[in-house]
Amino acid sequence: MTRRQLTGWGRTMASYAEVLSPNSEEAIARALEAGPAIARGLGRSYGDPAQLSGGVVLTNRDLGGIGPIASDGSVTVGAGVSIDELLTLAIPQGWFVPVTPGTRQVTFGGAIAADVHGKNHHRDGSIGDHVTSMRIVTPIGAFDTSPSEHAELFWATIGGMGLTGVITSLTLRLIKIETDRVLVDTTRFANLDGVMAAMVEGDDRYRYSVAWVDCMTKGASMGRGILTRGDHARASDVSDAALVAPKGARLTIPVDAPSGLLNPLSIRLFNEAWFRYAPRSRQGEEQSIGSFFHPLDGVNDWNRLYGRRGFVQYQFAVADAYGDVVVRAIERLSSSGVPSFLAVLKRFGPANHGPLSFPMAGWTLALDLPVGPATLPTVLDDLDEMVLAAQGRVYLAKDARLRPDVLRSMYPRLGDFLAVKQQYDPHHRLTSDLARRLNLGGN
Amino acid sequence: MDNAFGQPQRVIVLGGTSDIARAITKKLVDARAHTVILAGRDVARLDQAAAEAREFGATTVATTALDAEDPASATATVARAFEAAGGSVDLVIIAVGLLGDQTADEVSPEATLRMMSVNFTWPVVALTEIRNRLLAQGSGRILVISSVGAIRVRRTAYLYGGAKAGLDRLCDGLADSLEGSGVSLQILRPGAVRTRMTEGLPEVPFTTGPNEVAEYVMTGLGGQQRVIWSPPLLKYVYFILRHLPKALWRKIMER
Ligand SMILES: Cc1cc2nc3c(=O)[nH]c(=O)nc-3n(C[C@H](O)[C@H](O)[C@H](O)COP(=O)(O)OP(=O)(O)OC[C@H]3O[C@@H](n4cnc5c(N)ncnc54)[C@H](O)[C@@H]3O)c2cc1C
Repeated sequence: MTRRQLTGWGRTMASYAEVLSPNSEEAIARALEAGPAIARGLGRSYGDPAQLSGGVVLTNRDLGGIGPIASDGSVTVGAGVSIDELLTLAIPQGWFVPVTPGTRQVTFGGAIAADVHGKNHHRDGSIGDHVTSMRIVTPIGAFDTSPSEHAELFWATIGGMGLTGVITSLTLRLIKIETDRVLVDTTRFANLDGVMAAMVEGDDRYRYSVAWVDCMTKGASMGRGILTRGDHARASDVSDAALVAPKGARLTIPVDAPSGLLNPLSIRLFNEAWFRYAPRSRQGEEQSIGSFFHPLDGVNDWNRLYGRRGFVQYQFAVADAYGDVVVRAIERLSSSGVPSFLAVLKRFGPANHGPLSFPMAGWTLALDLPVGPATLPTVLDDLDEMVLAAQGRVYLAKDARLRPDVLRSMYPRLGDFLAVKQQYDPHHRLTSDLARRLNLGGN
Repeated sequence: MDNAFGQPQRVIVLGGTSDIARAITKKLVDARAHTVILAGRDVARLDQAAAEAREFGATTVATTALDAEDPASATATVARAFEAAGGSVDLVIIAVGLLGDQTADEVSPEATLRMMSVNFTWPVVALTEIRNRLLAQGSGRILVISSVGAIRVRRTAYLYGGAKAGLDRLCDGLADSLEGSGVSLQILRPGAVRTRMTEGLPEVPFTTGPNEVAEYVMTGLGGQQRVIWSPPLLKYVYFILRHLPKALWRKIMER
């Protein structure tokens, strides 16, 4: 057991905890018996869900192991296995994960606890929709769960931010790929309306779709953006079909950048360059899996670019009928002078059964915002109000500043979640800094 | 818990009736604080401050008595405040202070003792208890209200300034000792503030209102700087003042 300072990817809210790496159900059970604890993966969530000040943090990295891949794509993995590790093994055999977030450096435990989505949510749903069973150690015992066995625990754990138990292993179904390439169509749009109209009209034709939107421009080019969509290339689509897993990062940010490096001017320049660099329109471009799905993984520790104060990510979802909230949110940011890197806009398909799962049919927008501007806290509170008024919600895996009462209104099934948590964790052994901040049980 | 902007949810304010403390409390409640425990001497003003906190949206507000002239009582006062908070405390503010009346106080041993008790001894005893409790919790922050007067003690307020200087310097060491513990301490050094304490006195340069101080505190709580200056420019002004030759210093300060 070692005492360590922990933060999320945004590097705010540092707190200290005893860190333990259990490698057996017994070790996890012992830790849960002793007192407040929470699981942690690779710390890629932005805020405070994987830390617990003054408590015990159970890293999942010793819960390893990757089983054989069955002919239907089923594979059983330890909860501490990362998507990167599985892909290294699976891609050469012609398999790919059904859902991947924008980085491969997440564990399956963390991915399920956040019920992560990828660029294909509008078509394939989130990771929880592809999990067929999970082994979960709760404070009252270990359970084999699936959509038909202890289903309420299964679904509460999907998106449950580690608060219902520690997942030790799980089985999910991979998808077949013929090559390690993606065929990508790119279109540049002069403003947000253009981007959104194109997504509504054409996303269904693509497995993967995402738009990058510039939040720093005002007026007619407000929200100009680049839409990239594609699917895995078939062997017959490319001349040199191969199945090679992506390589590690080539670059590392060695030290914290000075706070203020990312200021309105530098971010505006970056966004401008990004926009200019993109082709107006290009069809069927071959991209590697790494550069299409995980462009940021090319640089290790890029979060240090935000300096010592760190940054927050604000991601919300709203139904189609409230598409105007996307527009108004970007307007609110660009008019308040709060700098934001390119925002990511995606379309979501229907929600699943997870009471705390984030995705819901409609739009989702994610914004990276450096901590520092004095107006940022209130601007984000205003965005919460807009999202709430549209019956939308904010993503817990990214959150670092929501109000507990606002969370309650955003997740109408929070009561169901807390009832399951009470059943499997009657003495509040599982809690986290996030749970304390948002009143999700535990003290 | 604190959020990414350093906005706390459970707060204890010792000396919660002062104008600066009330302005800070209002802003904290407006941000994220749902629980506010106020300790103070003047019961009527304490109730006013509590009503204010509720009005701004705090859901749990409690008050408790505080007598800074009796340093031996500090431990019990802090204990009562922590119990009333009913959960882990994110921020403790020490806003206890007495400006006094220098001309009258400097000839009176009793008044001198009072000035030291209120401005130094009581806060230090309280800090020890706070430190112990936050360390046991594994997290939490402390904000101590010092004064720019602590940087170079003036002839016209040497009892107040001297006591604050002791507190300020002691807190610097205390903050160092907390490094790596999950608990941290910040020192607020406000310049002259328009408050009840200064009513009727002539206004000096860089005087601000309590709301401006609170504004700088909110920004300061969002960062990790040890010292929060209000207004921030005073950091540079006092760097110069501190190094002025004695004669010039006296001349500037004794107007
Ligand atoms: C660059 C980048 C891009 C991203 N892109 C996306 C995206 O496109 N879509 C998306 O949905 N998310 C995205 N994310 C967020 C990320 O996918 C999630 O935060 C994910 O949960 C991180 O996994 P982790 O292993 O790092 O878990 P951590 O961040 O360490 O933990 C996250 C949660 O998982 C819980 N947990 C961890 N292990 C277990 C376990 N064994 N049992 C139970 N609970 C456990 C923790 O308690 C915590 O609540 C992105 C993050 C980054 C940094």
